[in-house]
Amino acid sequence: MTSTLAERQGVVPSSGGATPGRGRRKRRPLGRNPLGLLFSAPYLLFVLAIFAYPVGYAFWISFHDFFFAAPGAQVARPFVGFTNYVTALTDPAVLRSFANVGVFLVINVPLTVVFSLLLATALNKATRAVTFLRISYYVPYVTASIAVVAVWSFLFNGHGLVNSILGPLAPSPSWLINDHWAMPIIAFFVTWKQLGFYILLYLAALQNVPKELYESASTDGAGEARKFFSVTVPGVRTATVLVLLVSTVTGANLFTEPYLLTNGGGPDGASTSPVLIMYQKGIEQGQPDVAAAIGVVLVIAVLIIAFLQNRFAGGRD
Amino acid sequence: MRRRTVLITAIVAAGAFALTACSGGGGSSGTSSQHGPITIWYSNNEQEVAWGKQMVASWNAAHPKEQVKGQEIPAGKTSEEVIGAAITAGNAPCLIYNTAPSAVGQFEKQGGLVDLSKISGASSYIQARSGKVAEQYKNTAGDYFQMPWKSNPVVIFYNKDMFKKAGLDPNNPKLSTYADFIATSKKLVAAGVAPNAILPAPTSEFFQSQFDFYPLYAAESGGKQIVANNKSTFADQDGYDVADFWATLYKDKLAGQEAYNGDAFADGKAAMAIVGPWAVAVYKGKVNWGSVPVPTKEAKPASDVWTFSDAKNIGLYSACKNQGTAWDVLKYSTSKAEDQKLLELTGQMPLRTDLATTYADYFKANPAYKAFGDQASRTVEVPPGPNTVEMLQAFRDAWSKSVIFGKQDTKAALDAAATKINTIAKQP
Repeated sequence: MTSTLAERQGVVPSSGGATPGRGRRKRRPLGRNPLGLLFSAPYLLFVLAIFAYPVGYAFWISFHDFFFAAPGAQVARPFVGFTNYVTALTDPAVLRSFANVGVFLVINVPLTVVFSLLLATALNKATRAVTFLRISYYVPYVTASIAVVAVWSFLFNGHGLVNSILGPLAPSPSWLINDHWAMPIIAFFVTWKQLGFYILLYLAALQNVPKELYESASTDGAGEARKFFSVTVPGVRTATVLVLLVSTVTGANLFTEPYLLTNGGGPDGASTSPVLIMYQKGIEQGQPDVAAAIGVVLVIAVLIIAFLQNRFAGGRD
Repeated sequence: MRRRTVLITAIVAAGAFALTACSGGGGSSGTSSQHGPITIWYSNNEQEVAWGKQMVASWNAAHPKEQVKGQEIPAGKTSEEVIGAAITAGNAPCLIYNTAPSAVGQFEKQGGLVDLSKISGASSYIQARSGKVAEQYKNTAGDYFQMPWKSNPVVIFYNKDMFKKAGLDPNNPKLSTYADFIATSKKLVAAGVAPNAILPAPTSEFFQSQFDFYPLYAAESGGKQIVANNKSTFADQDGYDVADFWATLYKDKLAGQEAYNGDAFADGKAAMAIVGPWAVAVYKGKVNWGSVPVPTKEAKPASDVWTFSDAKNIGLYSACKNQGTAWDVLKYSTSKAEDQKLLELTGQMPLRTDLATTYADYFKANPAYKAFGDQASRTVEVPPGPNTVEMLQAFRDAWSKSVIFGKQDTKAALDAAATKINTIAKQP
């Protein structure tokens, strides 16, 4: 906060008395803080082994006629260009799965941002039962999916609690076997289940919004709504970008819910997701090459969405 | 900064491709002359664990230098996924007594299975034990990459108490033809004895058609596989009739479109179930049941009715070093004596030609299993090959759309599925 313009622009002379300017800096192959590299090396290795290598391998697989084979088996894996991509992208089931996950993201991401911010703001102001409320919101997030899926299945099946309450207003066919409702129900389920995690992110961000800003806004006569939109929302923008990115990435990787809640992407493929199709193709049907092509397309799609989110929601931060 | 980014990218790329190049290396398989200790996996259900343990103990007592270590198959979404992963990792055991015929083609393509036909005397042993049924378990080249072991012929179970309550004769239920089956179903649901007359899983998994379409198609067609000589067979009048039968059950709300989380037959949510002999032990003391063969369009004598096998076989895996011992154990575990123990402990039918006569005493003492013993000689298996699962999934997708959810004409759906499957069947 007290830095000068010159400091912020990075033109302050170094303690060694060297002449300012990039051109005359001494070249250091390991950067200015080689010890930092040492400390970050374990995580870097982890990222390389667990993320970078599989991504690179999947990319390689997607351009070859590939299937999993026993060690030592003599297997030809010829380069096939874009054949696997053509196979994947001309399959109506694959295209539908991308459309389905699009519907999912359109419902899930905005709901996640809005509800987690509202609830975090409310929790931040709550004075009673704060711990109880925080735990309550967090419990679904840490509970095994299989357990909560069973509860939702009980709630939303044809003879479930929701339909009993709705009576004649219940949809027919019922929620989980209804073309129009299966994906929205999954989106609501995931929103509810993940909310606790995003609330925690927002709670942490809210601690960094200066109290003085609220006091100034109050002095200027701002009401609660005005303070929320003019102080809180801009104050947690960085967290909002993070929530947008994380919920989009996790949403695009949707698998467990269509696998369990709608029993394999039913009804009639209305809730299949690209990752579920990847599982079917890659693991069940022995076509990891086509599955890898779907995965690469998914990664590219998510990167584009993430770029747009960062571009339009991230602002100059 | 740019230099460093380029450097890091180059390291990542080099590492990735160097590691990629490692795949397929190492590992060695043994030969059929090698003997020594081996490991086997068997299914994790209570009855098969009991059989597996006694078989291993009995073998080990007589073969101190060729000890067998028996383990339950590790948990996973499905056994096939676990086995597929073990093959890729090179740590599959020597024998797996839970190898699904639908996955054998893929395992063979992966190089994970030993060609039993190349072991001296193996083909003749398999054919002598299983007879004509064994033909279905050859690959397209005529080789055995699996040992036919046991089947669970699929029949219709019905709840006698519910039938009685609905005013139906529980000892002679009218279930032999499609018309009778539908009429009986209507009476059961109308009487309110159960919300569903029958409730096969209406879900999208590739294997579910083995428990609705396939048994009835086998029965109607007199024992046809759904694909023969790389060409689908089911888009014929028999297939259309079976599809229309099930479509009527769904349309008239006699079968539910929604999966039930539990056992619908045991929980009284369905008056009938389509199951194999494993169900005898499961429903003992829970449901007062009776069984009949699956229905056909026109009534047929029970002795002419075919059904789906729901078999599980034995695979000898290529990661095995002591394949000589493995083959000996395989023969030992499928001997007349061990098959009898399998029958007694699990109620599942060994795939033997002489089942009814060899174990006549067992069937006399356990009449509930007699129909299954008779049915075991008329079972149909899934088509062989590396694309079986993809074909079954294509069929299931068409079935879901047309038969279960009624969004497409059943004939058009089967025709389209047949065209798609013909293409899949020709893939290497």
